Amino acid sequence: MAQISNAQSASADRLASRRSADNRKIIETIASHAALVVLSLVFLVPFLWLVSTSLKPDTQILVFPPVWIPQPATIQHYIVGLNYIPFLTYLKNTLIYCGLSVLGCVISSSLVAYSLARIRWMGRGLLFAVIIATLMVPAQVTLIPLFLVFKNLGWIGSLKPLIVPYFFLQPFSIFLLRQFFMTIPIELSEAARIDGANEFQIYRMVVMPLATPVLATVGLFTFLNTWNDYLGPLIYLNDPSLYTLSLGLAQFQGEHSVLWGPLMAVSTVMIVPVLIAFFFTQRTFVQGITLTGIKG
Amino acid sequence: MATTTTPALRTARPRLTRQQRHDLRNGLLFASPAIIGFLVFIAYPILASIYYSFTSYSILQPGHWVGLDNYRELLTDDPVFYTTLENTVYMAVVTIPLSIVLAMGLAMLLNLKVSGQSFYRTIFYLPTIVPFVASSLLWLWIFNPQYGLLNTLLWYVGIQGPGWLGDPAWSKPALVIMQLWGVGGWMIIYLAGLQDVPKELYEAAELDGARWWHKTVHLTIPFMSPYILYSLILMLIGIFQYFTQPQVMTQGGPVDSTRVYALYLYDMAFRFFRMGYASAMAWLLFLLVVVLTILIFKTSARRVYYAGQ
Repeated sequence: MAQISNAQSASADRLASRRSADNRKIIETIASHAALVVLSLVFLVPFLWLVSTSLKPDTQILVFPPVWIPQPATIQHYIVGLNYIPFLTYLKNTLIYCGLSVLGCVISSSLVAYSLARIRWMGRGLLFAVIIATLMVPAQVTLIPLFLVFKNLGWIGSLKPLIVPYFFLQPFSIFLLRQFFMTIPIELSEAARIDGANEFQIYRMVVMPLATPVLATVGLFTFLNTWNDYLGPLIYLNDPSLYTLSLGLAQFQGEHSVLWGPLMAVSTVMIVPVLIAFFFTQRTFVQGITLTGIKG
Repeated sequence: MATTTTPALRTARPRLTRQQRHDLRNGLLFASPAIIGFLVFIAYPILASIYYSFTSYSILQPGHWVGLDNYRELLTDDPVFYTTLENTVYMAVVTIPLSIVLAMGLAMLLNLKVSGQSFYRTIFYLPTIVPFVASSLLWLWIFNPQYGLLNTLLWYVGIQGPGWLGDPAWSKPALVIMQLWGVGGWMIIYLAGLQDVPKELYEAAELDGARWWHKTVHLTIPFMSPYILYSLILMLIGIFQYFTQPQVMTQGGPVDSTRVYALYLYDMAFRFFRMGYASAMAWLLFLLVVVLTILIFKTSARRVYYAGQ
């Protein structure tokens, strides 16, 4: 008797504990969703504030308590902001900077990564270690001598000091491409070699076509870095006709610090292309960050 | 390849085979952008920077050798230097732990396998892709004491918000808040790490009745320690170069409360043209980063767990 009742109570216990575990799971799910929703709002609110301000009529910006939804929404700040600064000139300069840098980075980094991953030569391990070690060097250390070098070359006041380095050493891109190139079976190269392909042809015809997604990641990160760059243009560009968007926008703020409407409008215009690029390439992005540990 | 019949005795140095010579030539050729880049954009500037740090070089006039004068002036005769160092250390000490905790918290939340994971992930990541200049302007407006978003929200809950960037006591906390908005990149790196923690271990721990807190302390954190170490070092290197936001938002003010190291260095070099002095600052920065990195590695060696070792 005692045994049976023991067994019964044990099974009842188990049932109860399973039920409480189920309950706990449900509570956990609800709690985590609630936390995620609240945190998402916290992260999103600055964006909403940005867009809301950019669309408000002047009379609704400097008021307290604030107007949350512009009534009526107006694009006057976009017109004012984009006319205040030579927006198209800045955009053109930025795109030249971004485009050539992406090109340079993709070409140079893939060549170097190919050497490190696909050619057996003594010293490649050392070179790789040196490339990774350069990540430790703060930009401030090389900044002044490089400025003087570019000054002696007569490059100050042009986009050259910003773009040319991308054709040489880009450690993160090299690292990312090297990791990917190592995963391509060596047999593919050997088959091509038997068919009479030389090293450059193997790089061009065999390895590069397979690497398109990683090349896209490298290109994207370079695009973002250059689109966002502020210190470089600040130091090297002294002629307003060569300003990039980052620099132009910062100068605009320096001169008209209270024009919040136009400032937010131009900021929105600067953010939107990046957001669009991001939404179309999210997977690439996340994979790239995960692979290299670079964060944007 | 053992095809060669020539005895290797003839030369003291082992000779390279034709294939090896061929590979060496190609390897160097393909790697030449990096080799040239390293020499021109890293090695030469580093050496030149050491040299400049011992001179009174400015753009306006050729400098002359001044020995350790720049370093002496920095360390004994420049109160602003210490202010900027303090500001940077404040940013590092406050921002880095908070960023790690927040990024890890978000990653752990996302790792709970709730529906809509990738949606939330996108939202948390979005701020990191906003150009620094644009986000600086946005936050300048958010921190506006009278009409800004933050003080408005505080007003709704009955708090009179501070002057933020206009108040020396609140300007650095304001910058910290803005930095925390951008932890999404680290969150993604941590999330990738969390997904590598063996599920069986969690299941075993649950069978043993382990609660969430136990699992976090005894499983998650040890497994994540290499990621935390890595992020700690990169955050440190990053925060010492922190420049754009204070330059755009406050230009170092009010009363030098946001004049961080990199900002002062920039001003020295490109506003006052004291290139030699700024080079000495750059070298102290470099040494500091290297020493701190070594210290972190040494002190963490026993605490970091590498799976598979």
